[in-house]
Amino acid sequence: MANIRIITEKCIGCGICIRNCPFNAIKVENKKAIILENCTLCGSCVSSCKFEAIEFEKDEINNTDDLSSYKGVWVFAEQKNSIPAQVSYELLGAGRKLADQLEVPLSAVIIGSGLDEAIKELIAYGADNVYAVDNQALKDYNDELYSDVLTRLIQQYKPEIVLMGATTYGRSLAPRVSSRLNTGLTADCTGLEIDPEKRILLQTRPAFGGNLMATITCPNHRPQMSTVRPKVMKPLEKDASRTGQIIRPEIKLPDEVRTKVVETVSVACEMVNLTEADIIVSAGRGIGDPKNLKLVEELAQVLGGAVGASRAVVDAGWIEYSHQVGQTGKTVCPKVYIACGISGAVQHLAGMSSSDTIIAINNNPDAPIFKIATIGIVGDVLEILPLLINEFKARLGK
Amino acid sequence: MNVIVCVKQVPGTNEVKINKETNTIIREGVESILNPFDTYAVEEGLRIKDKTGGKVTVISMGIPSVADMLKETIALGADEAVLLSDRAFAGADTLATSYALSMGIRKIGNYDLIICGKQASDGDTAQVGPSLAEKLDIPHATNIRKIEEIKEGYIRCQRLTDDGYEVIEMSLPAVITVVKEINEPRLPSLKGMMRAKKATIPVWTAADINADINRCGLKGSPTQVIKTFVPVHEIKSELIEGAPAEQASKLAEKLLSMRFMKCV
Ligand SMILES: Cc1cc2nc3c(=O)[nH]c(=O)nc-3n(C[C@H](O)[C@H](O)[C@H](O)COP(=O)(O)OP(=O)(O)OC[C@H]3O[C@@H](n4cnc5c(N)ncnc54)[C@H](O)[C@@H]3O)c2cc1C
Ligand SMILES: Nc1ncnc2c1ncn2[C@@H]1O[C@H](COP(=O)(O)O)[C@@H](O)[C@H]1O
Repeated sequence: MANIRIITEKCIGCGICIRNCPFNAIKVENKKAIILENCTLCGSCVSSCKFEAIEFEKDEINNTDDLSSYKGVWVFAEQKNSIPAQVSYELLGAGRKLADQLEVPLSAVIIGSGLDEAIKELIAYGADNVYAVDNQALKDYNDELYSDVLTRLIQQYKPEIVLMGATTYGRSLAPRVSSRLNTGLTADCTGLEIDPEKRILLQTRPAFGGNLMATITCPNHRPQMSTVRPKVMKPLEKDASRTGQIIRPEIKLPDEVRTKVVETVSVACEMVNLTEADIIVSAGRGIGDPKNLKLVEELAQVLGGAVGASRAVVDAGWIEYSHQVGQTGKTVCPKVYIACGISGAVQHLAGMSSSDTIIAINNNPDAPIFKIATIGIVGDVLEILPLLINEFKARLGK
Repeated sequence: MNVIVCVKQVPGTNEVKINKETNTIIREGVESILNPFDTYAVEEGLRIKDKTGGKVTVISMGIPSVADMLKETIALGADEAVLLSDRAFAGADTLATSYALSMGIRKIGNYDLIICGKQASDGDTAQVGPSLAEKLDIPHATNIRKIEEIKEGYIRCQRLTDDGYEVIEMSLPAVITVVKEINEPRLPSLKGMMRAKKATIPVWTAADINADINRCGLKGSPTQVIKTFVPVHEIKSELIEGAPAEQASKLAEKLLSMRFMKCV
């Protein structure tokens, strides 16, 4: 069985490994390190030891599958009303680089109904091939049907890499598919690269609420699958002159479907789609009263952004849970995050610290939010927000 | 209705601090907690039992000390709890975790609904629920914020989506993963705490659940962590000083000078 072992002759009990262990699973006793039973075999300690006193005995993984029969990079293009989601284009941008480096084609896969326009778009944004399963029964997302179709496509065409958006649907579909294929899946990646020697995918993602980054590989199983956080990867410039091949596989749908979506409710305004927003204006308990949410909403509207909130505001019943950002809410990564009267508790930071620019407005100069803010304003939000709204209105001519 | 709830023990993230000098995580005196989302999963299981009768069984895969955390769920009202614990499970990724849980759940048997939290706060993957459903060959729905109706062989529930919500009907047995909005967890009762004190938590090994050890733990995990590192947030913090009107005007100017703001 796999094991992490301390080579006691080499260990001097310096304790560096203890600090590198994300799971608190090492202690030093009598000047020797000891691996505790809560060790998860993550291996962080092995490289940290300057004395080469930690040994990782890995099991040989036997996989009889012929890995080299898997070729090409696939992007699953999520669509709604036959229009690809923004993240699909971002994935094509990221996938293009990977495919070029591996010298293999980049393909988009789209499942839905009435897809002709969408297929053109996917090619214009970088796909060499588009696999389209166009069927009225597949018009709207359904976990069971989509996972069935996607699994069959992967089994038939054998791509080596499959990328999907880390959206609500993507994060439901991807684990269902990877589990059926018995392959690995890395969640919510923010970095993708190819290891030039081994030709495998290096997937980097945040864990522990963004306090730790991990690079993960899937060396012995195919395809290598990741969900990728929206807003992190850059789409290519659209080029309508690009050409691509369209493949329309015949896929038989399952006879019996146990899951049915009976109603879909989109909250009419843009305000709620936090994961796709470039700008988020977020309210904390510092706004003092639910009626002051108006100010936050107005600023969001002027800037064309979405409204977020801290848990304190949600728990107080001032705004719906769907707006909550943080460990028990949503993880967001906008270009600008404006925190209004938010203290910056770790659980809140867990959901927004990877935003490009963070602006904090808080009357307490010692509030932890200022430690991660790009721009800080010490002041009363109720005073600043109306002024800010007017500034933007004037400057944007609204 | 018989409900099985999957819970995970995680480090209390409050404690995750970074040592600036060595750039490593300081985890001294870290307490372990029940994964926040799983508290809602347990509560929802209990509510279903309160309404329809039946039984709530809690299951976790983890180290032996997780038994204490499972006792807390008994104090809340769970009828039984089992712990899957074996060195063979160590180093499991989400595929190996869901395989082991599926084998444990097969052994428990006779269930209508399995409830998981939306995601665990240590790995943040949200993959175990759907992957577990696949291993059991039953349907699943993620991000459930409300169960509208549940009865023999049928559930109708609301799933939070990126831009609203949808109403989903599934046949049972099925797996759902739940978000915080679904309920407000209760506190343990005195009676429950007495029961918890006396309870013994069965510990099942890989052999007990007939698990193929090649599919468990590190060995059964296709993914490998090859490197962990502390992200360097190079934050050039800047405070805007001055009277409020001045602060607002400077901030607006700064924001509008950012390239992408041109299209607002
Ligand atoms: C298991 C668990 C999970 C959690 N998950 C989340 C989560 O997902 N998301 C989340 O946000 N939190 C979460 N929390 C809660 C988190 O710990 C904090 O309690 C919460 O984020 C605080 O919200 P807040 O900053 O709005 O309120 P407070 O901490 O009360 O901060 C209010 C801030 O506003 C400032 N202020 C007051 N008046 C004014 C004014 N007039 N002008 C300007 N500033 C003013 C104050 O100085 C203060 O900094 C979680 C906690 C736990 C235990
Ligand atoms: N080791 C485990 N034991 C029991 N349940 C688990 C375990 N790991 C994950 N889960 C369940 O799966 C959910 C999602 O976890 P994750 O996929 O790790 O983010 C959790 O909220 C739990 O309900």
